[in-house]
Amino acid sequence: METFDPTELPELLKLYYRRLFPYSQYYRWLNYGGVIKNYFQHREFSFTLKDDIYIRYQSFNNQSDLEKEMQKMNPYKIDIGAVYSHRPNQHNTVKLGAFQAQEKELVFDIDMTDYDDVRRCCSSADICPKCWTLMTMAIRIIDRALKEDFGFKHRLWVYSGRRGVHCWVCDESVRKLSSAVRSGIVEYLSLVKGGQDVKKKVHLSEKIHP
Amino acid sequence: MEFSKKKWRMPRLAGDQRNASYPHCLQFYLQPPSENISLIEFENLAIDRVKLLKSVENLGVSYVKGTEQYQSKLESELRKLKFSYRENLEDEYEPRRRDHISHFILRLAYCQSEELRRWFIQQEMDLLRFRFSILPKDKIQDFLKDSQLQFEAISDEEKTLREQEIIASSPNSSGSKVVLESIYKIPFADALDLFRGRKVYLEDGFAYVPLKDIVAIILNEFRAKLSKALALTARSLPAVQSDERLQPLLNHLSHSYTGQDYSTQGNVGKISLDQIDSLSTKSFPPCMRQLHKALRENHHLRHGGRMQYGLFLKGIGLTLEQALQFWKQEFIKGKMDPDKFDKGYSYNIRHSFGKEGKRTDYTPFSCLKIILSNPPSQGDYHGCPFRHSDPELLKQKLQSYKISPGGISQILDLAKGTHYQVACQKYFEMIHNVDDCGFSLNHPNQFFCESQRILNGGKDIKKEPIQPETPQPKPSIQKAKDASSALASLNSSLEMDMEGLEDYFSEDS
Repeated sequence: METFDPTELPELLKLYYRRLFPYSQYYRWLNYGGVIKNYFQHREFSFTLKDDIYIRYQSFNNQSDLEKEMQKMNPYKIDIGAVYSHRPNQHNTVKLGAFQAQEKELVFDIDMTDYDDVRRCCSSADICPKCWTLMTMAIRIIDRALKEDFGFKHRLWVYSGRRGVHCWVCDESVRKLSSAVRSGIVEYLSLVKGGQDVKKKVHLSEKIHP
Repeated sequence: MEFSKKKWRMPRLAGDQRNASYPHCLQFYLQPPSENISLIEFENLAIDRVKLLKSVENLGVSYVKGTEQYQSKLESELRKLKFSYRENLEDEYEPRRRDHISHFILRLAYCQSEELRRWFIQQEMDLLRFRFSILPKDKIQDFLKDSQLQFEAISDEEKTLREQEIIASSPNSSGSKVVLESIYKIPFADALDLFRGRKVYLEDGFAYVPLKDIVAIILNEFRAKLSKALALTARSLPAVQSDERLQPLLNHLSHSYTGQDYSTQGNVGKISLDQIDSLSTKSFPPCMRQLHKALRENHHLRHGGRMQYGLFLKGIGLTLEQALQFWKQEFIKGKMDPDKFDKGYSYNIRHSFGKEGKRTDYTPFSCLKIILSNPPSQGDYHGCPFRHSDPELLKQKLQSYKISPGGISQILDLAKGTHYQVACQKYFEMIHNVDDCGFSLNHPNQFFCESQRILNGGKDIKKEPIQPETPQPKPSIQKAKDASSALASLNSSLEMDMEGLEDYFSEDS
């Protein structure tokens, strides 16, 4: 396999955004069938550009707008934010306090670096098929809990691009969950606490342990 | 609700219709009442409910909630005030109606400030908890359904299917209990406190909650709903207050909650500054006693301490001039420049007496306020010792106050069980040598008044019994010894106090 030359990235990205990026699937997902008015238009995106330039509060009218902007900017990283009360790119025109985040999918982020104390093949941002097994196990465990315990139906697992995976839970009720319930879910799924101590395995056979 | 000055007449509802409007002895107060009542009934209902809620508060402080005594006393209180509490009693319509209307009236009075709201919600929750605890099992399901809570008990088949899992996920519940208890299926998000700690079985987005845990969830729901409702009520308050018939009543009600606030006493100017040292050991509650001691030792107090102690002194009768002199004398001993005092501190003292700025005459802090707000940090001496002191430190303090070991351990137990005011009452009983302080403590100035009443009034000082109240023989001997020495010191102190305070308390009943 060729080694990757970072200087080639801008060119490669340009190509990627013109030929490979799945715009229609991306848009179809985030538009959610167009059932709720302006759901896509009120969604915040943020781009990280070359030289670590970070811009927030990007929003788009439709798929074509999104495409054009991405091809123009060639972002190194794209973050999908929340759905707000108004178009994020107009947030400065909104009366103070009226611009609020309203809905967001529940996202889990698993980083390979969290396993640094149990893997010996790689460390920090490196990954290989050996330690990736740990990731697979984590995914299977969490996915089962989300599905069987919490009844979440729409779960999207994606490779984050570097050293981990994200799980986007997109059920309608989940998008509206309060931050208290969200941290409750994380707490439910957490077993290893406090650095040194590992809590003993808890009762239920169906229960999940990371 | 419409208000009219018509004379009140009993509604002529047929039996069935009446019962239909109030199917249960308890409710969530989701719908406001919609009838006409007279102003007099409006007022009476409100006052009765305030009495009820205050008893709820006092009983909650004096007894552990849920115990035999608590339950029976609360029940008799409800019966006395003619509010509903129990199912299957005769003629339930009227008490339930009174309960319904009075709750909504009090919402008007108690929505107006954060403190009032918190108090109101707390007492209503305790009341609901009590009523729910005596509800027979078969009525629970109906009540939940009517209250629009999505809680349904699962069938026996469903229960057996999941029996193992439910047993495994409930802490402290043995298998046999689960078989007997009802299990309720609720959306997981409604059981936050249970599922986050993995204390409940989750399946497909639902939590399978046994009966005993449902109560906590119901109460949380109730609190959330009531809190929202009070916020809404506060917003529509201006409309209500514009009706001048209601305005004075509502104000009076929320003021009466604080009980006596010891702000305007008839005893202003009756205490002299040189009495304060001896008064602090004899009649001050521990919180003020320790503040006074710290002030004398350090010739200084930080802001929290100055507020708490300064207002207390105002409540026991110090005038503004006395207060200024008192603080200045002490601070100067701490090498403070007199001018600096005048510039920095005297303004604040005058402010707390209502002579500066917006001229509010600040009221001395109640126990609840001291316990709940502004906890002390390093270098502070304010707060409630029973709440804010380390148990070890508290023990030492009590020992230095010459409390008997038996008394100390009782006090420490009460403090550990968060019954801070009862612990303070116990302290009162120990230093005054009485069996029963005879009052329910909720204000430091109340402590002072009651103490002075005992030390100076015509009341007989109750002697400590020589027979042990506790099983150990040693503490009772100590008690007897303390009793006699306490009596001796009381006698001498009586002589001292009599001179200054005879007039002071001649007005007292």
